[in-house]
Amino acid sequence: MNCWLSLQSEGSKAVPTMNMVQALNSAMDIMLTRNSDVVVLGEDVGYFGGVFRVTESLQKKHGTHRVLDTPIAEGGIVGAAVGMCANGLRPVVEIQFADYIYPAYDQIVSEVARLRYRSAAAFTAPLTIRTPCGGGIRGGQTHSQSPEAVFAHVSGIKTVMPSNPYDAKGMLIAAIEDDDPVLFFEPKRIYNGPFDGEPDKPAQSWAGHLLAEVPEGYYTVPLGQAAVTREGSAVTIVTYGTMVHVSLAAAAALDLDAEVIDIRSMVPLDVDTIAGSVSKTGRCLIVHEATRFAGFGAELSASIQEHCFWNLEAPITRVTGWDTPYPHAFEWEYFPGKRRVMNALRRLMGEQS
Amino acid sequence: MMSRLHIPVVPARPGEQPDFSYVKIVAAGACPRPPIDVPVLGTVPLAEGLIRVLDDEHRAVGPWEPKLDADTLRRGLRVMILTRTFDDRMQRAQRQGRITFYMRSLGEEAVSAAAAIALRDRDMLFPSYRNQGLFFARGLSLVDLMSQLLSNSRDMCKGRQLPVMYHSAERHIFSISGNLATQFPQAVGWAMAAAIKGETDISAAWLGEGSTAEADFHHALTFAKVYKAPAVLNIVNNQWAISTFQGYAGGEQRSFAARGPGIGIAGLRVDGNDFLAVYAATAWAAERAREGHGATLIEHVTYRAGAHSTSDDPTRYRPRDEFDVWPLGDPVVRLKAHLITLGEWDEACHTALAREVEEEVTAAWQEAVSFGTLNEGFRLDPSLLFEDVFKELPPSLRAQRDELLAELAERGQ
Repeated sequence: MNCWLSLQSEGSKAVPTMNMVQALNSAMDIMLTRNSDVVVLGEDVGYFGGVFRVTESLQKKHGTHRVLDTPIAEGGIVGAAVGMCANGLRPVVEIQFADYIYPAYDQIVSEVARLRYRSAAAFTAPLTIRTPCGGGIRGGQTHSQSPEAVFAHVSGIKTVMPSNPYDAKGMLIAAIEDDDPVLFFEPKRIYNGPFDGEPDKPAQSWAGHLLAEVPEGYYTVPLGQAAVTREGSAVTIVTYGTMVHVSLAAAAALDLDAEVIDIRSMVPLDVDTIAGSVSKTGRCLIVHEATRFAGFGAELSASIQEHCFWNLEAPITRVTGWDTPYPHAFEWEYFPGKRRVMNALRRLMGEQS
Repeated sequence: MMSRLHIPVVPARPGEQPDFSYVKIVAAGACPRPPIDVPVLGTVPLAEGLIRVLDDEHRAVGPWEPKLDADTLRRGLRVMILTRTFDDRMQRAQRQGRITFYMRSLGEEAVSAAAAIALRDRDMLFPSYRNQGLFFARGLSLVDLMSQLLSNSRDMCKGRQLPVMYHSAERHIFSISGNLATQFPQAVGWAMAAAIKGETDISAAWLGEGSTAEADFHHALTFAKVYKAPAVLNIVNNQWAISTFQGYAGGEQRSFAARGPGIGIAGLRVDGNDFLAVYAATAWAAERAREGHGATLIEHVTYRAGAHSTSDDPTRYRPRDEFDVWPLGDPVVRLKAHLITLGEWDEACHTALAREVEEEVTAAWQEAVSFGTLNEGFRLDPSLLFEDVFKELPPSLRAQRDELLAELAERGQ
């Protein structure tokens, strides 16, 4: 499914350029307007508008009782949101950094993800947990993590990560409307512009990018559907988040006819799109920023192998962060940048790197 | 070098004389009852005191006397007797291998029974696992509760939950979690939502004193304080968390209720075995919450007279006869004696009620087992294993379900 072939919106006139921050802000603004049950809560999200400005002006527009600044207690924020769900609200929680989500892990794993199951749907938790993830912003080990795999491993919660403003807005609206809980990871390195993995080049903005043309009105991008970001026949790159852009840049640098699949959603996973592509190309590179061991790439690799074994012409390969904490001074040694992806592609294509 | 670490003192271990000298007792009627809008600091003496209504002669005395009519008192007694009778029967059922697990609330029945009667039917309850009295007070069908214990074809949890983890959306009781204290911030969030919507319903939550050490307890109190959430937050201090004495939750010298004013909400320490005191404290806190004056933390001082669960043997860590000398007595005996003192009850009535409840439980059990047990009779459809993980069954789970069904077909099931 090619995401930019299916642009649809309601009530929108001109299509302005938005960065991811503006797109996410627009999604929440629309949902706060459309549905009086929607509330936004988190640390610094109200008056200040969030440390990344994603909730800017939402409190001014929708009031202090619907856009709530909270105490610094992630477990309390998510716990309170579960109770709000039981009382008919539809909370959108911000955890300021994905690195700070662990105090809420018990509420997410034991409560949010299990409530529907354990109560046979008598109680549900239709909340959305937004959280900025990933590195490349000199954040060190406490502001750079990509913990999607530790949540994708948990039954009962959808886990997604957009890679561009158009998807960010449409997927966030879909997440808020979803009756299942959704963990919504936002790759913060690409909030303000795509990033090809080369930190020494001037920062790019989203201006002019096709997927930064974001309708002002309501639209959704369904969860659980991968996007074929670039069609190709030589190799399939399966990736998500910031690494979509790094992968595109690496393939372009090698002038390789790669098919780049942005999975967008880890749970549910669009296995059909991924397997269809790998069966076609016969080669597969998995790219993510998170650590490798038991990372989401391991699930992707196993799943692809199960579906595509007889079509594979080379072993499935992974490019990931190293199995270490995210080191402050060695950020660009850690980050799986263009060079590392290019080298892996060359090996996968049977060339010497 | 000698260790300089302080280790909490446990008053008595098996074979030793029980010692409850550490439990601070205040005479019935001695604690003042402030107006419901008293500033938080005005509750500090109550958080370190002990609100009691029933005196040693079984009379209701003092400013907290809730002036309940005899029918309400008899209703409370019935809920407590039903709780105890149900518990005893289910304990036996577990010993007979009919259910896998059970948790009694012996000795602390008043905590749930009186609170549920003091609250309104629409108030949302977030119980812990030893608050079965809430379900009885709200009139849940015994067959439905037993069916959950049996994981049979009528199981409200469709076979997914350990016994006693009930819920009732219809009767406004949240799903019980086996993870301690998680319900506390949830109850506060529910109350925040009620306030946001401009409604006057309130929430109430319960946890054990041991669970107050969990972060969720502190999150809940902070959120309750910050947003003046209309919630009644209850600590059931039954002295023991499995084998861990309450001193290990920080109960030495200070009350648990004192954490309320410490963080900025009202605190009350209550005789948890005094039905009237629990009722009065709950009613006070509920009115305070409903009128917009914020949450209250209530510590119910009681004693877990039974084992933690059917998997536990308390004779390994505490004296056998502790309950016999527990200074706050037995809540059923005390309310019964009060009703008799009032001339509203007698031994014949009591015997008749006990028999009536016994028969009700027996009849319910016979009906419940007719819907099967975990190992006998009609079984739940194994496909239910995969439902309600998500609202819609995703393709990945559909495939796993089909794989299981094929495997079961091979096994001839």
